[in-house]
Amino acid sequence: MTPIMLELLFRSLWETIVMTGASGIISLAAGLPLGLALVATSRGGIAEKPWLNSVLGAIVNGFRSVPFIILLVALIPLTRLIVGTALGTWAAIVPLAIAATPYYARIAEVSLREVDRGLIDAVRAMGGNRWTIIREVLVPEALPGIIAGFTVTLVTLVGASAMAGAIGAGGLGDLAIRYGYQRFETTVMIAVVIVLIILVCGIQWLGDRLVARLDHK
Amino acid sequence: MNSVVSAPTAAPPATAGEVVRLTSVKRRFGTTPALDGVSLTVRKGEILGIIGRSGAGKSTLIRCLNGLEQADSGEIHIEGRNITGLTEKDLQPLRRRIGMIFQHFNLLSAKTVEENVALPLKIEGLGKAERLKRAAELLDLVGLADKAKAYPSSLSGGQKQRVGIARALAARPALLLSDEATSALDPETTRSILVLLKDINRKLGLTILLITHEMEVVRSVADRVAVIDAGRIVEEGQVWSVFADPQAPITRSLLSGIRPQLPDYIAARLSPVSGVEQILSIDMAGPAAQGALFADLSQALPQSFRLVHGGIDHIQNQPVARFFIAVPASDAALPEKVRNFLKARGARVEVLGYDTDHA
Repeated sequence: MTPIMLELLFRSLWETIVMTGASGIISLAAGLPLGLALVATSRGGIAEKPWLNSVLGAIVNGFRSVPFIILLVALIPLTRLIVGTALGTWAAIVPLAIAATPYYARIAEVSLREVDRGLIDAVRAMGGNRWTIIREVLVPEALPGIIAGFTVTLVTLVGASAMAGAIGAGGLGDLAIRYGYQRFETTVMIAVVIVLIILVCGIQWLGDRLVARLDHK
Repeated sequence: MNSVVSAPTAAPPATAGEVVRLTSVKRRFGTTPALDGVSLTVRKGEILGIIGRSGAGKSTLIRCLNGLEQADSGEIHIEGRNITGLTEKDLQPLRRRIGMIFQHFNLLSAKTVEENVALPLKIEGLGKAERLKRAAELLDLVGLADKAKAYPSSLSGGQKQRVGIARALAARPALLLSDEATSALDPETTRSILVLLKDINRKLGLTILLITHEMEVVRSVADRVAVIDAGRIVEEGQVWSVFADPQAPITRSLLSGIRPQLPDYIAARLSPVSGVEQILSIDMAGPAAQGALFADLSQALPQSFRLVHGGIDHIQNQPVARFFIAVPASDAALPEKVRNFLKARGARVEVLGYDTDHA
């Protein structure tokens, strides 16, 4: 591989990390509250509101049904509004975050739902309000699951970011498609795949370590 | 005792000395009534045991007392204040006056032991240093001072319940609710937890309401017992007197494992009409049960009788006796004589039947 190709590979890696990291953080910040809202408003939840739950559920399902490549294009006007351009790495973060948020919300919802009802009862019996229940029970008790789910989301985002090449976002996936696939440069293809494997393994390893440290069950 | 929280409302004089008063409390789930008109009082400083089979309404009852469950009708007074119909927000300060311990402990796995114990104080808004100081005091009280920094998952069941008790006491409650707190523990651990509860009741003068399906729990710690069946209180009284003279069939059935019973093989061959011996049950309680009953009986009778089974138990420092004796049936006047003799000494005598095959 030439030094130019090598530089290209590092630049692509950086673009992938930026896209994955930024959209990941946004999806965590938005998806966790959304997951909490889904659990809290469900039947028997701490803020039972079945109609709100149905509305939220429908929105989440709606976004999750649209194939990412379609969402990428469909969200161009919104992206332009937020980032100022519809092209490039930063422009890809908007659709990536919007696709990952409902995805992550569902994963967080599952972890939050698994928190023992008895623990909520115990804190209610102490005189705790809903906010106390969220802060002291739901989030800390579900934290290992929340982190494990975030790891899954990040890995999914690494994959999804490959499609962001369609709007000129760059990244490893884009490199693999343009150089490895379209120009038959097998070396580039293999190099990209190896880098992706290392990246994904690294994310998973970090996530697993964090979960192991947080899990006191 | 109570310096942190003041009572929400001063109790009216008519209810002074009562921590809890329930008046015809009803609660139904769908079409099945869980509580079908429960009236009950818990006096200050006492341990009241509520016993019943699973599904009798015990859990619903205890959860109504701190508003985890809302009653459909009736009134629930806690320290003189009616809590029925209060909103979740109004219930919150009230719940801080009531500690609760659970069958499955319900400790937060992500928090250390001391953080668990300090949580009620955090909810109350106390500073961290104060919280941890109080948590240390309480862990000392329950004998787990060395486990302050441990996580609940590293503790045994009995230790977890001790942490649960410490946590329930943190906010200096006026009432402790115990929801089957020993049901998940082995007999030895159960005993140590019950000793701790009794100890706390005496040391702190804390009123305790415990629900259980085990008579042994009631026997060893409670002052009074209320028996609940199909959502109603069917029997209520001092533990020793209910043990000595249970009225309701459900009480008798719940007591069957703990009170002497006529051995099965003898019960199986009893005839209601005739046999070699007449089998009588004798129930006595209080000072009468301490007398030289059998010596007197054998002196008074020309013929011998036979002790089949039984013994004297001591509940709340009161002797409670239950015996089964066999009297020869050959002399028709004898059984009647024995019965009169025992009744004159304050015993309850019941003819169970005739043993058809006495070896």
